[in-house]
Amino acid sequence: MKKRRMYFRMITASLIRRRSRMLVALLSIAIGATILSGLVTIYYDVPRQMGAQFRNYGANMIFTAVDGSFTQDDINSGLSYIKKDDIVGVAPYRYENVRIREKSILAAGTDMEGAKAASPYWSIDGEWPSKDSEILIGANAAEQYELRIGDDVTVSYTPENAQVSGDNGEDIVEDETIDFKVVGILDTGGNEEDYVYMSMSDLEKLTNSETKIDVAELSISASSDQLKKYSQEISNQVSSINARLIKRVTASETTVLTKLQALVLLVTVVVLALTMICVATTMTAVVTERRKEIGLRKAIGASDKSIIWEFMGESMLLGCVGGILGSVLGFVFAQQVSIHVFSSSISFRPLLVPITILVSVAVTGISSLMPIKSATDVDPALVLKGE
Amino acid sequence: MSLLELKDVFKIYGELHALDSINMKVEKGEWLSIMGPSGSGKSTLMNIIGCMDKPTKGEVLLDGVDIAKQSSKNLTAIRRDKIGLIFQQFHLVNYLTAVENVMLAQYYHSMPDEKEAMEALERVGLADRAKHLPSQLSGGEQQRVCVARALINYPEIILADEPTGNLDEANEEIVVDLFHKLHNEGTTLIVVTHDPEVAEVAQRKIVLRSGKISKEVVNKNFTGKIHFE
Repeated sequence: MKKRRMYFRMITASLIRRRSRMLVALLSIAIGATILSGLVTIYYDVPRQMGAQFRNYGANMIFTAVDGSFTQDDINSGLSYIKKDDIVGVAPYRYENVRIREKSILAAGTDMEGAKAASPYWSIDGEWPSKDSEILIGANAAEQYELRIGDDVTVSYTPENAQVSGDNGEDIVEDETIDFKVVGILDTGGNEEDYVYMSMSDLEKLTNSETKIDVAELSISASSDQLKKYSQEISNQVSSINARLIKRVTASETTVLTKLQALVLLVTVVVLALTMICVATTMTAVVTERRKEIGLRKAIGASDKSIIWEFMGESMLLGCVGGILGSVLGFVFAQQVSIHVFSSSISFRPLLVPITILVSVAVTGISSLMPIKSATDVDPALVLKGE
Repeated sequence: MSLLELKDVFKIYGELHALDSINMKVEKGEWLSIMGPSGSGKSTLMNIIGCMDKPTKGEVLLDGVDIAKQSSKNLTAIRRDKIGLIFQQFHLVNYLTAVENVMLAQYYHSMPDEKEAMEALERVGLADRAKHLPSQLSGGEQQRVCVARALINYPEIILADEPTGNLDEANEEIVVDLFHKLHNEGTTLIVVTHDPEVAEVAQRKIVLRSGKISKEVVNKNFTGKIHFE
């Protein structure tokens, strides 16, 4: 039998046949590895998770026209520079002055699905318009025009240059009108409450003009650096669009994210230190209760180096098993945290498995070094004396 | 040249002379008993001969090498290569089987060989208990595993400290018979014991008292067999 085989036979026998003792040590290593692997998983997933959370606060990029207005094709060109997975929602807006019950109001034509995705914080009483001739009216405007959900309302638009002469020579204004049904009342706490929202096609019909977009709001899930890159690239490449970041959103996202990541990192380092202390304490206890065995081994000819290697082998094997358990349980832990805190599942990072095992082996090895070194001080004569 | 020679050996702890000018020789193949009451210096002498302690003064020549002048690393190597130890408390590694405990001595000495370890267990009559853990063996069986472990590397000297101290008469006889066999094969035996019956079996007996050799008796009727009164 080769020496190496006997070595592995000894260290596995020590772990398997002394399992009730080793279970405590394994438990401390596995718990440490679990928390460590879980926290690292969360640390790397925080930007993604928080990015998704921040998207609830609305758009973080805005397209404005370089010269008057732009088209849907311009938006599409701009979007081609952004990774598809990063795009949460795009809402184009065209604003026109219209009249309801002879009073002027600002109408916004938009893509309702895009607005819903880009502004998830909008609170709607009723429903989002889902077909033509349905409108969403801001809460202030609804109050002002005494409109309720289900009311029919005529919206009129006076085109520029629409003046014609009447039979008696007086000026007559030919209005475009469309009958709408109020399906929802919008509550945002902002300027949106003063507007009326309709589909882009209804506004086109009302104004009897082709689509021209004044502004587009984009909600993009990306880091602030990436957002900067996107906006610069789009502004440079698409001549009709000026892409700008909504700084109050992106800056606060970055600040919160940096602080959160720093906090998770700090907790990870503290857990690592506590794990090392815990493992070192456990290994000290393991070595102390095996002083007689160490004395015996030395008495029958074991060198200090052999003793160190045997105990190191045991602790590293323990670290390896603890690391495997920890990487599995760590993912489960991170998953639970993610589901309960962020309400979404976490992505599995295969690279974390070997890293957790390596860190676990290293932490166990380093923590065991001192107690194992002290084990070599055991006097073999103590064994003979029966002490 | 004697296999082991102690020349004017002292071991002094403060005011206490645990060993006080010990002079003795052990020839190759000899069976020697060391007797004496508690505190007479038996254990101290055993530790020095077993390369686990150094004398304060004097020379301890084992195969011509003065072990009193060796480093602790060298003492470990000498212990591994030349000495087989048997203890009163058996001292087996409790999570290794009988055969693995025997192989442990091979592992530190040279190369583990399970077949050879099994043969050693067969010599002590424990081949059928080879896969048992120490906790599954009786005291006598554990001591026989210790004997198998001590002889596996063919040491120059087998040093036994109260080898029958924890055994009943039947097992005591088995162990002494094993010593007899080893002696017949030419192994040098040094047995430290309280038990006069075990001490009488040896070829020569040394009695220690207060760290000094008080008596030395040669067994003219040496048979190597134990006789219980």
